[in-house]
Amino acid sequence: MKMTGAQIVIQTLVDLGVDTLFGYPGGTVLYIYDEIYKNKHRIHHYLTRHEQGAVHAADGYARVTGRVGVAIVTSGPGATNAVTGLATAHMDSIPLLCISGQVPAPLIGNDAFQEADTVGITRSCTKHNFLVRDVKDLARVLREAHFIARSGRPGPVLVDIPKDITVAETEYVYSNAEPKIRSYKPTLSGHIGQIRRGAKMLQQAKRPLLYVGGGAVLSDASEELFRLMEGLNFPITNTLMGLGSFPANDGRFIGMLGMHGTYEANLAVSNCDLLVAIGARFDDRVTGKVSVFAPHASIMHIDVDPTSISKNVKVDLPIVGDVKHVLAQFNDLVHAPGYRSGLQDLAPWWEQINEWRRRECLRFTQGSEVIEPQYVIQCLHKVTHGEAIVATDVGQHQMWAAQFYGFQKPRRWLTSGGLGTMGYGLPAAMGAQVARPDGQVVVITGEGSIQMNVQEFATCLQYQLPVKVIILNNGYLGMVRQWQEFFYERRYAESDMHVTPDFVRLAEAYGALGLLCDQVDQVIPTLEKGLSHPGTVIMDFRVSREANVYPMVPAGAGLNEMILI
Amino acid sequence: MRHVISVLVENEAGVLSRVVGLFSARGFNIETLTVAPVGDGETSRITLVTRGEDSIIEQILKQLNKLVPVIQVADLTEGEHVERELMLVKVATDRETRAEVLRIADIFRSRVVDATPTSFMIEVTGDSSKLDACLALLTPLGVTEMVRTGLVALSRGEKGMVSKSGH
Repeated sequence: MKMTGAQIVIQTLVDLGVDTLFGYPGGTVLYIYDEIYKNKHRIHHYLTRHEQGAVHAADGYARVTGRVGVAIVTSGPGATNAVTGLATAHMDSIPLLCISGQVPAPLIGNDAFQEADTVGITRSCTKHNFLVRDVKDLARVLREAHFIARSGRPGPVLVDIPKDITVAETEYVYSNAEPKIRSYKPTLSGHIGQIRRGAKMLQQAKRPLLYVGGGAVLSDASEELFRLMEGLNFPITNTLMGLGSFPANDGRFIGMLGMHGTYEANLAVSNCDLLVAIGARFDDRVTGKVSVFAPHASIMHIDVDPTSISKNVKVDLPIVGDVKHVLAQFNDLVHAPGYRSGLQDLAPWWEQINEWRRRECLRFTQGSEVIEPQYVIQCLHKVTHGEAIVATDVGQHQMWAAQFYGFQKPRRWLTSGGLGTMGYGLPAAMGAQVARPDGQVVVITGEGSIQMNVQEFATCLQYQLPVKVIILNNGYLGMVRQWQEFFYERRYAESDMHVTPDFVRLAEAYGALGLLCDQVDQVIPTLEKGLSHPGTVIMDFRVSREANVYPMVPAGAGLNEMILI
Repeated sequence: MRHVISVLVENEAGVLSRVVGLFSARGFNIETLTVAPVGDGETSRITLVTRGEDSIIEQILKQLNKLVPVIQVADLTEGEHVERELMLVKVATDRETRAEVLRIADIFRSRVVDATPTSFMIEVTGDSSKLDACLALLTPLGVTEMVRTGLVALSRGEKGMVSKSGH
């Protein structure tokens, strides 16, 4: 059947199972938007208020569903505004397809109106990108882009489409076959010899530790992980990105590791004799000083991306493969008869870990006057029974959320871990709410971060997305201030942000509900009132101005050199 | 240590910038780089020379492999291989130096590819150290311009990089 490029864009997306788009129209994508208009019944478009919001919303949608999030932006500024969203998704390996308009092919390179070298600009912040030069390639390129985004180590893929391609016609041939790309073949299963060696290492370890990252969430491996733990009874720590892959209320979970990790997790890393990294990438915020990271341990590393292995820390046993597949392969061995009797007695190791736990590194005191930020998150956990989908921005509130919310399930924790993008939370929460219309979606943010994409409240209102925004308002860019307090002798250079909008009236201006809370005994009532409201809500919690995130490993220090409260 | 890396890629727009961008973004260095279409023209072969510790080279090989249009990557320095480079050198001559330039060209089994009453252009092929040696002798005689291709190399023996497509 003959179709225009614009029709092919929509038809290919529909054939790929896409029914949700986040985007912002403009000159070069008008033909595509014309088709969006005509196809309203089968593809729903959400108009954000900024292209960055559109990409973050698609990202939030992807994190919650595991499906490819799709964003569409126009050329030039539309594409450059999308860059932060793409880079955010790239660092966290989130499957996205971003379609950008481009000036008509004959004008490319002429400095045309709203022209940018989008493929050049986004090359290093996407998993791959394409410039479509012939309408005959369009459907194939979109299918390949979607496939590349979701397979292997997922990531954002951008397809740049010149306007003249969207109006040119060609034959559209339906296909649901997996694209074959001879130069792109991600490894799924792990090498069985390596897995046997790994299973033996698990048996021999006296002080083992599982270090589980975002890869376990991305490959939906929680079930396999839990089954593995049924056989092993090992302590388990999560990275920021891995939270929720294993239930936080399980006694074997010892908290997050790294810069703001728990005392017990960081000391377990420093003292273990076997570290099993699963879908984690030894980020500098996790390792601290690399030379003293897990100094007594053999390291096993399971990852779908070979470049992550032995990049920062030399690994003794690499296993390349999809985490879900590899853990299933491990389970075959671990649950075979006789295997478990070969395991070491871990009682002394657990005794040691429990002693570290008694240090209660996350302890804080809630007085009767000033609201402590940690307390708000504890209360949120209580009121939501730990079952909310939580999006955050970046800074102190993000770390407190990670430390105190206690995630029980995967795909409920949306945070910009790698890039650390302020302004991520609200639009990501919108995407999550679109994906889970009946879910309780909460944004934990600060008065600094929320202002970076505050325009998206209008999007929430337009589509009646009942996102609940909790601002931990301390009038500072809190994490910057904390570093200045610790390392710059309290010279608070430009981190004081006590001049903010009146968030209650801001909420009202957008047609949302605004609530202010500055009393300790009003925290729970405010949360209850806000969370049960049917629409969008902003809750402005005035919290302790100079509370710090503890524990803290100073940048460049070893994990055993924590600053404790 | 110096490594010669051969990269077989899809011959498509932008692929070279992906490879070069990878090196600059990750702080790897490139000493020389050559690229040209090979075989049916659907693929290109890049030869690049880089230096680094083993862990860096391992990252370079893996990162190259990760690029979507890269079909195959090989570190030729891991085995026996042949290296060649081509150099064109323009030497300004006068009556006294003309014969000397030709003698040097002869010693290095190179060819004169252009001659004027006041200059020669010489084409030299060989491994990089041979080119260096030749250039060292010609420089005092008055080299006005020169260009080198950078290294190309193939592994020794019958096995090719991608057996099925016949390269």
